[in-house]
Parts: sequence; C-alpha cells; structure tokens
Amino acid sequence: MKPALSVILLTTLIGAGQGLFLAWYSAEWLTLLKLLGPAAPVGGALAAVLSFVLLGAGLLASFFHLGHPERAWRAAAMWRSSWLSREVIALPAAMALIGACAVIRLGGLDGEIAVLGNGIPLMLSTLVGLGAAAAVCILFICTAMIYACLKFLRQWHSPLTVLNFFLLGSASGATLAAALAALIADPRFGYFAGLAMLLTFCALLSRGASLARNRRLRGASTLQSAIGVHHPKIRQLAQGAMGGSFNTRAFVHSYGASVVRLARRGFLFFAFLLPLGLLTVAAESAPLLCAAAFVLQLAGMMVERWYFFIEAEHPQNVYYQVIS
Amino acid sequence: MTQLALVIDLNTCVGCHACVTSCKEWNTSGEAGPMVDRNPYAAEPTGTFFNRVQSFEVGEFPHTQTVHFPKSCLHCEDPPCVPVCPTGASYKRPEDGIVLVDYDKCIGCEYCSWACPYGAREIDEQQKVMKKCTLCVDRIYDQSLPEAERKPVCVLSCPTSARIYGDVHDPESEASRAINASGGYQLMPEWGTNPANHYLPRRKVEIAVREEDLQRSDNPLRKEDRGPRRPTTRTTLDDSTSW
Repeated sequence: MKPALSVILLTTLIGAGQGLFLAWYSAEWLTLLKLLGPAAPVGGALAAVLSFVLLGAGLLASFFHLGHPERAWRAAAMWRSSWLSREVIALPAAMALIGACAVIRLGGLDGEIAVLGNGIPLMLSTLVGLGAAAAVCILFICTAMIYACLKFLRQWHSPLTVLNFFLLGSASGATLAAALAALIADPRFGYFAGLAMLLTFCALLSRGASLARNRRLRGASTLQSAIGVHHPKIRQLAQGAMGGSFNTRAFVHSYGASVVRLARRGFLFFAFLLPLGLLTVAAESAPLLCAAAFVLQLAGMMVERWYFFIEAEHPQNVYYQVIS
Repeated sequence: MTQLALVIDLNTCVGCHACVTSCKEWNTSGEAGPMVDRNPYAAEPTGTFFNRVQSFEVGEFPHTQTVHFPKSCLHCEDPPCVPVCPTGASYKRPEDGIVLVDYDKCIGCEYCSWACPYGAREIDEQQKVMKKCTLCVDRIYDQSLPEAERKPVCVLSCPTSARIYGDVHDPESEASRAINASGGYQLMPEWGTNPANHYLPRRKVEIAVREEDLQRSDNPLRKEDRGPRRPTTRTTLDDSTSW
C-alpha cells in the first residue's frame, strides 16, 4: 500500500494524545490510592489540554485524507458495520470528555462528589476522566480495527495490529507525560519515566513480533487465482491503461528495498531504542532531554506508521505485474 | 432473489477494447459522469474507467496463448467494500444485487477501495468520489429504450458476443446456462466474496477437417473427372451456312 501522510499524522498524533491522557489518569488513581506521592497542582489540567490538542491535530490531519471533507459528518452513520465510522464517533467523544476534564480543572469546577469505601474522595474530574479513559481505549480499538478488519491485507489482519496501535500510542504518550512531569517538576516523574520505558519495551516486543510474522507471510492470491487460468507460467502483457490508473497510483509504492530497510531500522532505533536510552539517563531535572526523547520517539512512530503501509500487500496488485 | 451479473467468455474475447470505450462513452455522459479523461491523445493517457481489458501470455513459447481479460466490478454477493463504508454511500441493491455508490454521500475516504481485493473501485480525481461499474443501471431499466437494448453497453458493443448479461440466480437465464455449460468460475475464490460476475474458461478448439470434407467423392458437381466436351453430331448454323 502507498502510505498516506494524513493517516500517518492522524494515527500517531492521536496515539500520543491518548497515551498521555491514560498515563496521567493512571497516576491520578495511584495518587488517590496513596500509592504515589502528591501531584503538581497544574499537571492534570495541562495533560488534559495537551492531550486534547494532540487529538484535535490528528482530527484536523484526517480531513486532508478526504475527497469531500465537508461531508465528513456523514461518516458517523454506519457505526453498526464500519470501524471507520466507529472511530469517527469515538474520536470526538474522547476529545469532548478530555476537554471536559480540562475545563473542570481549569475552571475550578472540581469538587468531591462521593467518598469511596476506604475514605478515598471521588472527585468530579476523576469521574469524567473515567469516561474519557474508556473513550480513549475504545478509540485505540476502533483506529486499529480499521486496518485489522481487512482480511485481504494479511499483514494487517492480526490481533498484533490492535496491540501495536495501543502499545505504540501509549508509549509515546507516556514519554510525553514524563517530559511534562519534568517540566512542571511533578514529584511523580519517576513513575512516568518508568511507565514510558515499560510501554516502549512492550511496544518493541509486540512490533517485533508483527515484523517477524509479516516476514513469513506470502500473498494468498496469485495471478492464477486472480484471472482463473491455472498455468504455472503467466506473463502480463498489458495492464489495461497506458498512463497508469488509480490502481497503480494508490496501491503500489515505488520505494526501493534499501529505502524500506533503512526505514525499518530507523523506526526500530528512533521509536524504541533511542527513547529507552534517553529515558534511562534522563533525570527529573532534564525536561529538555525528556522532550527530545518524545519528539524523536514520535518521529520514529511516524516512520513506523509509514512502514506499516509499505508492509501491507494488497491482493489487487497481482493484476498489475507490469507497471507500464 | 435476482442477482444481475456479467458472464465473460475468455475463449471468445479478442481484446479489442470495444467494451472499454463504449463503457466510458455511456457512463461519462450519464449519471456516473463525467469521468476523468486526462491526456487522452497524448503520451500518458489516464483517467477513470469502470472496465479495463488486460492481456496475459500463458505458457512458454512457442506453446503460448494470449488471454485477454476484461476486468470490472464483480458485484460480489458478499461485497467486502459495502460494510466498511462509513457513510453508507456504498450499498448493494437488494432487488437486483447491483453494488452501487451514492456519489452525493461519498466522502472520498478510499476505505472501500482498500477493502476490495480486486481493485475494482477507482477514485474520480475531479469529483473526488469513489466510482465503479454500475452494470449500466441507468440503461437496463430504461423503458424508453427498445427491450433488446436494455443491457449494459459493454454487452451490446462486444463484437464477438464474449459478454453475457443476466440473472445468475435464475437457472434458466442465458448467463446461468453459459456458466453451467462451460464451467464458469469466479475470481479469487479464496476470499469468499462470492462474485456474481463469472468467467468462462479458455477451451481447446480442435477443428476436425477430414479429406472427404475437402473432396467429396459423390459430388455431383465434381468437375475434376469430367473429360473434354464431345463434338456434337447435330447440324449447327455454321454447317448449314458454310457453302
């Protein structure tokens, strides 16, 4: 498949935004349960605002993928059958709930609404955050299932796709949370850095597993099954178009094997190994180093998403053996 | 339930592209048009087509055959492109099984083209919506046309009658009978899409020419055994006037 820049931006940016929210929200509960130290006062609001901005940027990028962005509202119609439609609902829903968290915190509307069993106060922002966290998890599933549900694209049609989207997004978001914690001197920096390293490591394992899986995959469709002529020797003479067609422009990429190999090594280094190294040496007092780790990891994730498209072989390509 | 479809005979297709050009002519001027037609007379012509003919060489020289392979939307009975559409612009008509796109609802996200293993869908680069073969839905029900012409235009234009149109669910239709008689098959059966369009395979054609077909021994008009004309005994005009 040919990589689509708008989709690369959409999935990586919202992944980071979702991961940031989940990382911060998990810390919020751990603080509430007294398993972590107290939070810096502005952290929760800042994390929600940043997460909202990242999701909004991803949503904006997605419009550039559409031929008719003015009709985008129609895309919510087929949520019963289409994962894309479900994503179109889940993304604004997650943004609304995360935005509500930010507004509650910034507008001073937060307050205790109940007391849990062992004297733990339940805040309004925590309750709304629970909904937001659920929406974020649903959004991860919807985004990944858009690709994983296409059974013809065997490289995508795997539970590893869902796991990868979740782990890669969460990892970059957790790295951003560590950078944010370092910036505002949140005492829970150690937790965020540790979480980012753990998630980055898990993401590396999961992405490595899908790379190994895809290396062994062979296309299920052959030229023989495509045209129904069962002879071992078939050579294409004409593809039915002289100046190319949508089929040759949208599904066939023209990158050489060396570029693809470089991209694979590049994303393995920038999305996983380099952030792991930087987070190991980074301390609370080095917000710039953490920010650099996030930016480099996000760039690596974009290359990873580019490679994700390159990796997928569409069965229609067997009809285009000769690109003339 | 009706399932209209095309049956394409690869044994008779000569790869003349008449179906391609007539398809474009009809559809670019009709409900599905206009269809992109860039550099039509220049070096790199490209554009939107609902039907294309590809050519393949099968076998090893000198024992080769050229197979011309017309390729369009197969109107699958279980179309994978329909459920993925987020807007409902792609749909399969329950009354005749034609898979169509509502160009007013399509947002041009291209997701359906990812979901089609045959590459039958094309984005129209001017109108930015997904287009594909409509089985000439704006023709086959047109009461103003004579009944014989209420067929997809590719079927009408085919000079070798390689394209048969009909209801593949009706065992008595011309299409079903052709599928049954000649071993019609579906493309990429491994994906379970159950395409409605079928293809008839290449068949080996032996021409049995016997000696007696060329030279009939009992031919009453046979000239070879006739000798030269015998001289006539009757008096001719020349005889009676040659004094």
